Amino acid sequence: MKIKEIFQTMDYGTAPESNKEAVQFLEKYNRKFGLFIDGKWVDPQSKTYFFSENPSNQDFLAEIADGNKTDVDHAVEAAKKALPGWVKMGGHQRARYLYALARQIQKHARVLSVLESMDNGKPIRETRDIDIPLVARHFYHHAGWAQLMDSEMKDYQEIGVVGQIIPWNFPMLMLAWKIAPALAMGNTVVLKPAEFTSLTALYFAELCQQIGLPKGVVNIVTGFGGTGAALVDHPDVQKIAFTGSTEVGKIIRKATAGSGKKISLELGGKSPFIVFEDADLDSVVEGVVDAIWFNQGQVCCAGSRLLVEESVAEKLYEKLKHRIETFRVGDSLDKSIDMGAIVSKGQLKVIKDLVQEGIDEGNTIWQPTWECPENGCFFPPTVFTDVSPAAKIAQEEIFGPVLVAMTFRSHTEAVKLANNTRYGLAASIWTENINLALDIAPQIKAGTVWVNCTNVFDAASGFGGYRESGYGREGGKEGLFEYVKPKADKQLVVVADDPKSKNKPSGIKPPSIDITYKMYIGGKQVRPDGGNSIVLYNAAGEYLGDVPKGSRKDVRDAVEAAHANKSWANMTGHAKAQVLYYIAENLQKREDEWVSRIQQVSLLSKEKAQSEFDKGIERIFYYAAKADKYDGMVHHTVQKNVTLAMPEPIGVMAVVCPENSPFLGFISTLFPALTMGNHVVCVPAEKFTTLALDFYQILETSDMPAGAMNILSGFHEDLVPELAKHMDVDGIWYFGNAGLSSKTEELSVGNLKRTWVAYGKSRDWFENSLGQGDEFLRQASHIKNIWIPYGA
Amino acid sequence: MGKNISKAKSVETMVRVTSHHVRNEPIPFNTAFFDQIQINKSAVDRRASTLTKRRSVKKEYQAAWLLKAITCMDLTTLAGDDTKGNVMRLCAKAKNPVRKDILSALGMADAGITTGAVCVYHNLIPFAKEALDGSHIPIAAVSTGFPAGQITLEQKLKEIDMSVKAGATEIDIVISRALVLQSKWEELYEEIKACRIACGQAHMKTILATGEIPTYTKVAKASMVAMMAGSDFIKTSTGKEAVNATLPVSLVMLRAIREYQQLTGYKVGFKPAGGIAKAKDALAWLILMKEELGMDWLQPDLFRFGASSLLGDIERQLEHFVTGAYSASYRHPMA
Repeated sequence: MKIKEIFQTMDYGTAPESNKEAVQFLEKYNRKFGLFIDGKWVDPQSKTYFFSENPSNQDFLAEIADGNKTDVDHAVEAAKKALPGWVKMGGHQRARYLYALARQIQKHARVLSVLESMDNGKPIRETRDIDIPLVARHFYHHAGWAQLMDSEMKDYQEIGVVGQIIPWNFPMLMLAWKIAPALAMGNTVVLKPAEFTSLTALYFAELCQQIGLPKGVVNIVTGFGGTGAALVDHPDVQKIAFTGSTEVGKIIRKATAGSGKKISLELGGKSPFIVFEDADLDSVVEGVVDAIWFNQGQVCCAGSRLLVEESVAEKLYEKLKHRIETFRVGDSLDKSIDMGAIVSKGQLKVIKDLVQEGIDEGNTIWQPTWECPENGCFFPPTVFTDVSPAAKIAQEEIFGPVLVAMTFRSHTEAVKLANNTRYGLAASIWTENINLALDIAPQIKAGTVWVNCTNVFDAASGFGGYRESGYGREGGKEGLFEYVKPKADKQLVVVADDPKSKNKPSGIKPPSIDITYKMYIGGKQVRPDGGNSIVLYNAAGEYLGDVPKGSRKDVRDAVEAAHANKSWANMTGHAKAQVLYYIAENLQKREDEWVSRIQQVSLLSKEKAQSEFDKGIERIFYYAAKADKYDGMVHHTVQKNVTLAMPEPIGVMAVVCPENSPFLGFISTLFPALTMGNHVVCVPAEKFTTLALDFYQILETSDMPAGAMNILSGFHEDLVPELAKHMDVDGIWYFGNAGLSSKTEELSVGNLKRTWVAYGKSRDWFENSLGQGDEFLRQASHIKNIWIPYGA
Repeated sequence: MGKNISKAKSVETMVRVTSHHVRNEPIPFNTAFFDQIQINKSAVDRRASTLTKRRSVKKEYQAAWLLKAITCMDLTTLAGDDTKGNVMRLCAKAKNPVRKDILSALGMADAGITTGAVCVYHNLIPFAKEALDGSHIPIAAVSTGFPAGQITLEQKLKEIDMSVKAGATEIDIVISRALVLQSKWEELYEEIKACRIACGQAHMKTILATGEIPTYTKVAKASMVAMMAGSDFIKTSTGKEAVNATLPVSLVMLRAIREYQQLTGYKVGFKPAGGIAKAKDALAWLILMKEELGMDWLQPDLFRFGASSLLGDIERQLEHFVTGAYSASYRHPMA
């Protein structure tokens, strides 16, 4: 175009970033890549390859190997072989390698950015200014954790060989989030990139070679879902870390149930973006841009549901409509665009179909007047207004540049709408009132809450979900725990049955008046819904009592009662501690009675029963002490903000108590859950049921709020599966046999509740390293990171 | 590549003629215009820092945009040692800001490229008038006790009057920062309105001296008050404060301009000044104008840079575009 003409139109033109180095990389491999196993490039055993193309223009990029089960076997074998050396070299040596990777990534930042942009379709601005700098940052940060592992994580050790499956939306960043903490903590890795976006992972393989990373520590096996499945099923893989759809996350949960594999899942979202009337609306508009039009909206934590206070809704909508007119969509390597291409034709179709459904449902759609380029997988920024929560587009993750907007009347309604979703990955709150922001943030069920900002990430802060957005955190200290296990776990043993000492009778006589045991639900003693009882005897055949035979109806009632009253969850640590101490006090008052009850149910000697009682009281003191001390952190993130990492209760937890140590086992599993503010549905060990049912008398005299602790009795086979599949139970601990452990994990898939199961291994509850500690509190909580930028 | 970017259906592809918008007239003081304003600084800073990374202008586009920047430039000298001599040179440069051979190579020899105005102190207006005679280049005079504004209102009005009579058609006034610091908005309004009346036909650019305003919220409120009082332009800085024009503070003022237009229908101009010395900065501001306010604000009637050394860098970049070799400052006639 003539300069004179441009002088009039003041068009931008295009500003293409050079792809020279990226193309050179592809050409060096003749645009055909093998698998990276044991430090070498190998041809896939499958002998099959698939094409990777540029979604901006459908250009062919390279042929990618489709790894099969044998390839995965080889990769896992290499990782397994590399493991001992990698562990043995220690944190400092590993830190050196991670540091070298960080440096190499920085040195080759531009080619990585270009490659990523070509492969995925996202704007070069994003890969250059966001993705790749975060990748380098992640390796730096975790070089530090490798160095500090001996001191900061001294009770923990590596898990072993880790299988990692990553998505196509942030290919290189997700690689970093997976590989950096895994390597730092001494694990070795087999990573499968998403089939659409393998290239930067393959470039990373080359960087591993360049820095002389020991062979087999990182293995990259490209392929489709089948490749991932082979990795998930591999018996020598001790941990699966997955980022992707909730659907696949659930498949992985099911597939690994009972295997003892540790899993972390970072899944979908339908994150709320809440705008209060006192927000800076022009800044909100840019926030929306960052929320839903970042990476074409293909972001798991995209702020896809705009909730706006009625008083400012119209004004904000006008501003948004104006803003999308100035949007530019185009080739990902053009430096003058806001959005690039959708990753694939398939994904584009998913978006188009959902948008059509949104139109058919009668929602109001807003799109810019300009047209997207014809070539390539493009979709314009789109806003739906007047959407009701019942609309499909308000519930389903669209994973595209589509915002759905609805209004709210009050703060309470805003919270309700925000939480009206199966997901819980992130949320964004916009207000100039810090009081309001910090009132709302803890009420939102999400792992990350951004105040007056959105889609801000840093290696020092954990990221991960609540509810069906998955579990586990990536980043920060909280993220390290996904790649370690307690050293003390080695002492867990599979025991057949309690060695019964000849079943000598206790000789303790039952009271002369008949005892009526009831269950304890919502602060009340209740009879079982089914109207049946179980007659309990101890191992010597002495009668203990008739205890209620709980059924699924009782599970329903107990869970409802646990949800009905949030007063325990909302109490301060200090207030909770007071109640816990008071329980100990009230137990101590009736010491003799309790020691004899312990004897009666367990047939332990008086001395042993006494020491169990004493240790139990001590344990209550331990958790009462922790109640106002297990607190959060302020993370050193690189942005100008305060990042608060707050442990929050999981919600309503089912705790199924262990079969050993009648009193101490009960106390040791119940109290950490309560300490973190969970409302608990407790199922005692079957044979110790009477002891647990005696306990509600203590609760009733100790100021424990109704609903905070509920006790169900009955057969575990009846109760545990019901609890495990209950959609309103947020977490379950099961300290029993392998069979029900497996079942618990499998059934937890419905709402992806957090699970912690024993697989039939028992622990010595007298041993402090096994019977108490932060590990219990960590399992009873999750971290919410609240980002609060500052500056006036 | 041209096919692969989004195409505008509307104004962007049409050849634009200079707009003849209605001049902003004072309206009654109304606190509802600014009471609710709350600016989130970190969000504004974030937007400003990413904005120029979302747009890039290269090659012939860059050359055209840089020429546009020249036409929107108030070529300025505001120094204690200004004399007739250097003001005459400045004016000569304003008339011929780019070497003829470069303009020819760009196909712009006949485009009548001059700077938007020259900007001087009051006592130098006569020399500028003499030098610019017949050129249609306006003379802007800084006024009202520039740069600190610490004189009485009476003196300020007198100074404006004298400058207008001396031939300035644009008056850059400074506001009393004290009134902003003390949130005396109505007094500020009255002061600016009095200045506007004193300006008569001359266009008034109101300098907020944002470097001396503690918050973006106050910058936005002061912008609103200045516009209500009839400012033709709002301007960031005198160039003499410790912090002068920045992109974020400009963004705050532009959003106020947009809001004001929506409320009243008036289009108010914008002038960043101070510290804009590089061609790259000029592009950043042009991008900011285009993105936030649109095409109308890419013309000298609604957009000006206050700059003294910016032109030199733009000339070098233009020569580089023409020759492919990086240029040197001595190759371009000095002001």
